[in-house]
Amino acid sequence: MNFSTTILIGFKEIWAHKFRSLLTMLGIILGVSSLVAMSAMVKGMENGMKEALIAIGGLEKISVEPQAIPVYQKHLADQATGVTMNDVYALQKSAPLVRLIQPTMGMRQPTITRAGKSFNPWICVGTWPSALQMNEHVIRYGRMFNDIDDEQARNVCVIGTAVRDALFGDPEETGREIVPLGEHVNINGRLFTIIGMFEHYEGELEKKKRMLAREAGPAPAATGPTRRRGGGGNNRRGSFVFMLKNATVYMPLNTMWVKFRASAGTNNIPDPRLTLLNFKIADVEKMDPALQQARNVLMQTHKGVEDFSFRTQESWAENITTSIRNARMSGGIIAAISLIVGGIGIMNIMFASITERIREIGIRKAIGATNIAVFVQILVESLVIALLGGVAGLFTSFGLVRILVALSPGDNAPQITAFSMLIAFVFSAGVGVLAGILPAIKAARLDPISALRYE
Amino acid sequence: MALVELRNVSKIYTVGDEEIRALDDVSLDIGPGEFISIIGPSGSGKSTLMHILGCLDTPTKGTICLDGTMIHNATTRQLAAIRNQKIGFVFQFFNLLPKLSVLQNVELPMVYAGASASERRERAMAALKLVDLENRSRHRPMQLSGGQQQRAAIARALVNNPRIVFADEPTGNLDSHTGEAILNLFHKLSTEGHTIALVTHDPEIAAVTPRRIEIRDGKIAQNIDARLAGLDRTAFTLPKAEGSAAAVPDPA
Repeated sequence: MNFSTTILIGFKEIWAHKFRSLLTMLGIILGVSSLVAMSAMVKGMENGMKEALIAIGGLEKISVEPQAIPVYQKHLADQATGVTMNDVYALQKSAPLVRLIQPTMGMRQPTITRAGKSFNPWICVGTWPSALQMNEHVIRYGRMFNDIDDEQARNVCVIGTAVRDALFGDPEETGREIVPLGEHVNINGRLFTIIGMFEHYEGELEKKKRMLAREAGPAPAATGPTRRRGGGGNNRRGSFVFMLKNATVYMPLNTMWVKFRASAGTNNIPDPRLTLLNFKIADVEKMDPALQQARNVLMQTHKGVEDFSFRTQESWAENITTSIRNARMSGGIIAAISLIVGGIGIMNIMFASITERIREIGIRKAIGATNIAVFVQILVESLVIALLGGVAGLFTSFGLVRILVALSPGDNAPQITAFSMLIAFVFSAGVGVLAGILPAIKAARLDPISALRYE
Repeated sequence: MALVELRNVSKIYTVGDEEIRALDDVSLDIGPGEFISIIGPSGSGKSTLMHILGCLDTPTKGTICLDGTMIHNATTRQLAAIRNQKIGFVFQFFNLLPKLSVLQNVELPMVYAGASASERRERAMAALKLVDLENRSRHRPMQLSGGQQQRAAIARALVNNPRIVFADEPTGNLDSHTGEAILNLFHKLSTEGHTIALVTHDPEIAAVTPRRIEIRDGKIAQNIDARLAGLDRTAFTLPKAEGSAAAVPDPA
């Protein structure tokens, strides 16, 4: 008895009980589609989180931060220099695994004001033009300051859209994009010219929300006195990153040093002290050697005093991986349980089916069917039900994902992956085989005589 | 050499402490081309005998040789192959698969024998022609009369050219007229050289066969033959036969 005939018999048997088979398949259909939909949602989540990781500069970005001197070096405290421009030049010269360097000099309590409006930017620093590449900034209007601006310590700045929104007006409210190039603003009492503005950073999520809000039309006018609604609402980690990134003001490093050195606490001329030093390594795979190299260089410039530390994005990436894994695991377990329940349904119906076909099995055995032939026949029937259910489940998963998107359009867009479909399909086939084994054994073991006599 | 040789075959069931001898030391030869009936009241062991002869069951003791093969200690797999190749069954309740057409039912033994689709079809149609049912091949068993169903079952039993056909009360579920037609069919098949064993409790039916083996309490009760089993050929007449008694050749 060849295999194609067996499969054909399996299909016929299922076709003979269309409705019952459909109900049985439903368990597998739901299991497979929930497995695929779940993994699509996790994939969407993952995409959102990765987006945020890239927005803060990617995995290869490493910050050198001043650190308290370790206890065993306390006696060298007066030798400690802090992170300085000297370190920047030394790293540039001596650390080949370091690809890009960005010195950063901050100030205390930056306030940027114009015409009675004020804004406290999250980041207001003097830096090099390399900050663009370092922090994945994109200039949308105007230009970045250049080396000449830096050389002459010009009062120029490049702002993020949040600064513009606060001082000049939000395009969502004014209905037009205001480009404040050439406008003057006050930064802690000094006049600056805006020469460039970054593009508006937002995740897929915010973009979708903005589009939805636009489609929905203007929000109904709030009643009563104007107020700010506190709480911040749905500020997830991802959108938080974009919010901060938009609240950026960059000025040339020299400008910061010359104009605000007192405020920055970096007054030890001639070696300007930095608040932060970012660098990017050439290869994420070589994270450890690169850090070691940078440490060696910095230990030289710091005369052996370890008053600095490295901060990487690894923990962020690990957090992403962990939360993705957790989401995948919990979702996967639920989907797997529903698949197993589907499998139990198949097993149940196969047992019922062989009980009502005991006589048929007896006849088949009497005319020469071997135990294996009977076993394979029942197993194939179960497998065919599961596979049909699996294929149908893959199709329904697309519908399920659409429903999920329709239910919460503001969430990360779920993304169905071929791999998850493959896994779900293979899993459903496995469930079909497992569910078929016991009934098939029972059928194969039937004694032909009693099976023939069975009423 | 006989087609079937039973030597000292016993089938013993143990129910609790009690030992039930369904077959008790039975020895029997069936030659090729014979048309025999196994007769006995219910509970006599005739069905057990047929099951053992038909390779559906194995004896507790004794040896069986079917067509030169020892089958009393064959594995279930070998028994299935023997049932498929060398034995045809006809049952009281026809036992056709209701979901398959008549043609598919007749093809079924060849499916398990691994014949190709075209060969299956050809031989199944030939077998249906033999029982005069070729114009009903597309019908479902339920759409046929009892006699037609039994004829389809006979076609199924014959399709693999078995060495012996066992018929278990083949007329038991038919009215007397149709039953007679079926018996005539068996008769005709017998004249064409098929070896047929009828199992029945009805002496009238048993009377149509040249040789009768009567089973009582698990033993062969009547052994009217110089050889191992009874063969009262002189007593043989076809009941209410349409003058065909003379046409039946003596198998010996």
